[in-house]
Amino acid sequence: MSNRISTVEQLNAAREFYGDVLRRRHTGESGHRTIVTCGGTGCISNGSLEIKNELNRVIAERHLEDVVHVHQAGCFGFCSQGPFIKIYPEQTLYRLVKVEDVNEIIEKDIIGGQVVERLLYVDPITKEVAARAEEYSFYKKQQRIALYGCGVINPENINAAIGYDAMQSMAKVLTKMTPQDVINEILLSGLRGRGGGGFPTGKKWQFAHDIKSDVKYVVCNGDEGDPGAFMDRAILEDNPFSVIEGMMIAGYAIGAHDGYVYVRAEYPLAVEHLKTIIKAANDIGLLGENILNSGFNFQVHIRLGAGAFVCGEETALLNSIEGQRGYPRPRPPFPAVKGLWQKPTIINNVETLATVPYIIRTGANLYNKIGTEKSKGTKVFALGGKVNNVGLVEIPMGTTMRELIFDIGGGIPNGKKFKAIQTGGPSGGCITESQLDVPIDYDNLISLGSMMGSGGAIVMDEDNCMVDIAKFYMEFIVDESCGKCSPCRIGTKRILEILTKITEGRGTMEDFYRLQEICYAVRDNSLCGLGQTAANPVLSTINSFHNEYLAHIVDKKCPAHVCKNLMEYYIVPEKCKKCGTCARSCPANTISGVLGKEPFIINQKKCIKCGMCLASCKFNAIVKR
Amino acid sequence: MSRLQSSAVELINGIIARYKNEPTPLLMILSDIQKEYGYIPLEVQELVSEGTGIPVSEIYGVVTFYSFFSLKPKGKYIIGVCLGTACYVRGAQNIADKFIEVLGIMPGQTTADGMFSLDALRCIGACSIAPAATINGKVFPKLTVNQISGIIEKYRALGGAAK
Repeated sequence: MSNRISTVEQLNAAREFYGDVLRRRHTGESGHRTIVTCGGTGCISNGSLEIKNELNRVIAERHLEDVVHVHQAGCFGFCSQGPFIKIYPEQTLYRLVKVEDVNEIIEKDIIGGQVVERLLYVDPITKEVAARAEEYSFYKKQQRIALYGCGVINPENINAAIGYDAMQSMAKVLTKMTPQDVINEILLSGLRGRGGGGFPTGKKWQFAHDIKSDVKYVVCNGDEGDPGAFMDRAILEDNPFSVIEGMMIAGYAIGAHDGYVYVRAEYPLAVEHLKTIIKAANDIGLLGENILNSGFNFQVHIRLGAGAFVCGEETALLNSIEGQRGYPRPRPPFPAVKGLWQKPTIINNVETLATVPYIIRTGANLYNKIGTEKSKGTKVFALGGKVNNVGLVEIPMGTTMRELIFDIGGGIPNGKKFKAIQTGGPSGGCITESQLDVPIDYDNLISLGSMMGSGGAIVMDEDNCMVDIAKFYMEFIVDESCGKCSPCRIGTKRILEILTKITEGRGTMEDFYRLQEICYAVRDNSLCGLGQTAANPVLSTINSFHNEYLAHIVDKKCPAHVCKNLMEYYIVPEKCKKCGTCARSCPANTISGVLGKEPFIINQKKCIKCGMCLASCKFNAIVKR
Repeated sequence: MSRLQSSAVELINGIIARYKNEPTPLLMILSDIQKEYGYIPLEVQELVSEGTGIPVSEIYGVVTFYSFFSLKPKGKYIIGVCLGTACYVRGAQNIADKFIEVLGIMPGQTTADGMFSLDALRCIGACSIAPAATINGKVFPKLTVNQISGIIEKYRALGGAAK
């Protein structure tokens, strides 16, 4: 049981003590070495918990408890090379570690003092071996602000957080700043909402601050529904207190004493870590009444989503907290005037709130040096899809997409050609090769027909069909449209029908024109952000890949060979070794030939296009065309 | 009401009591019922209505709005195929199609023997191990179509084992 921290002096003493524990551990002054394992969702599903148990088992078996300690931290970010373990003080980073490797690591590195070369990362571009994280090209251009502490501290231990600057900003706010000072600082920092819209955070706070009310609320929007985006989950899992502190600072600024974190129920680990840290903060007095003896009270409550994408829309989220269907509300009144339970409310995204303590701690004048003229600071992207280095990436605004994909992301796997990167999820659009050198910021992405969104960045290569991708997003929207307003409810359904027709080879030019007409109608007439942006993936792909749509409609061909009605599998007779493997793999019995004598042939009329033959052929004799 | 066992009535009333100090507790009550009772049939909704004073029509509206709530019992093993974008561009649709073929049910349905439910999920945030699926929360990384039958067989063999 921790001691209560009731004054700034006690906080500073605790910070010094626990900061020193962490520092000594990292430098080796603690007298032992430390192995840190990654506890992110990606690494856990690849076996990092088993690795941790095995490490502890081997260490106990060999009586090495005084030589090395094992700790678990949050996500290291570089998920496609996980599970990771990091060894201090050398900071050696081993990747793709398996349970079977544990013995060798202990034997060779911990006992023998030698690096296990084969577990080091080889840079796919430079071909150089990297022993430490800073030598990875993946990490080089990154700057950790929103992800501060993630992958370093144990997310469930409040003392670890305190040792890593938690609560320092809140102490500064409580002792040295008025609420208006706080708002001015956030305005000066240029921070804009990281949930996608990019509204200036300080302005939002000012509105809520200026309204007189006995009760106000701070809401954290953790309903990260954008498929392919997981930065908010990582922050909530790996340094949940940074979000809590951001909420407290916001509460102080606008005059609120209660905060609600609305989290997706799909993120059980994030919920667990939040609960643990909120309880711990209450136990030692960092949440509750009279925080740090300042007279300021603040409490944080958790609310779980129940699987509805539209609840990421802020007014729908408020309805959901109020126990109703997640329907958006018409605005005005804005939530800053009448929000949760009709009281003035600010709603900020997880990443925004996690950035706030950093700004207060380092000062807005340092923060606003990072980024571009109108977009300050850093943005976290979840880089995924057809890219070598999948993971969480925090980069300064103004970095180009080319740097993101090719320098940090390590390029496209299997020698394939880059086709597009999709940002903004179902509300965003595609950025193509010719646009890759544009600096990333809110306004540039919008002018390219996409948007920042919450930070999903999905790379697509030549094997992805853009009409199919547009259809994929539209299926998502049709599923998730709440049904309240007719442009979105009916319009998106009609859009999906036309896209389906086109991908099945039944589309006409008339359909194509009508498709665009409906897209504009949905965009201009929907009630909330979900509907207003729902047509973006379609409009953006039509804009950038016009010819691909025409190929489907006029030539009845899918250039990427994805749409099943518009492609076929074909056995190249000259390459066929007449082994019959494909015929045996075919579930529909459509392949015939004579073993060792005649090349095999697919009966196109009966083929169900499952692709089993292509996967089974060892001689690359089967192609899609 | 008579169709509910007294133990179920007790469980649900207990859940309602947990949140009696909350201003708008409906979603929390329903989430707990879904988790602990497994589904939220009409009889249960009536009980919630009695306990909270919220009209049953409104409760039904909420239950059918959110995809986490189910009017019918779910299978023993709940399979969620991730169809988030990162999984999709790496071939998740083929994985989903294979589950549909092997189980003979569509997403949202449960097999007749009550063993498996199939759900299409929108991004579980495991994009680095795409395409992924979950079975009762356990994540299966980097799936290929050939693995699916084997996975189902393994769970079928577990049969009556506890969740």
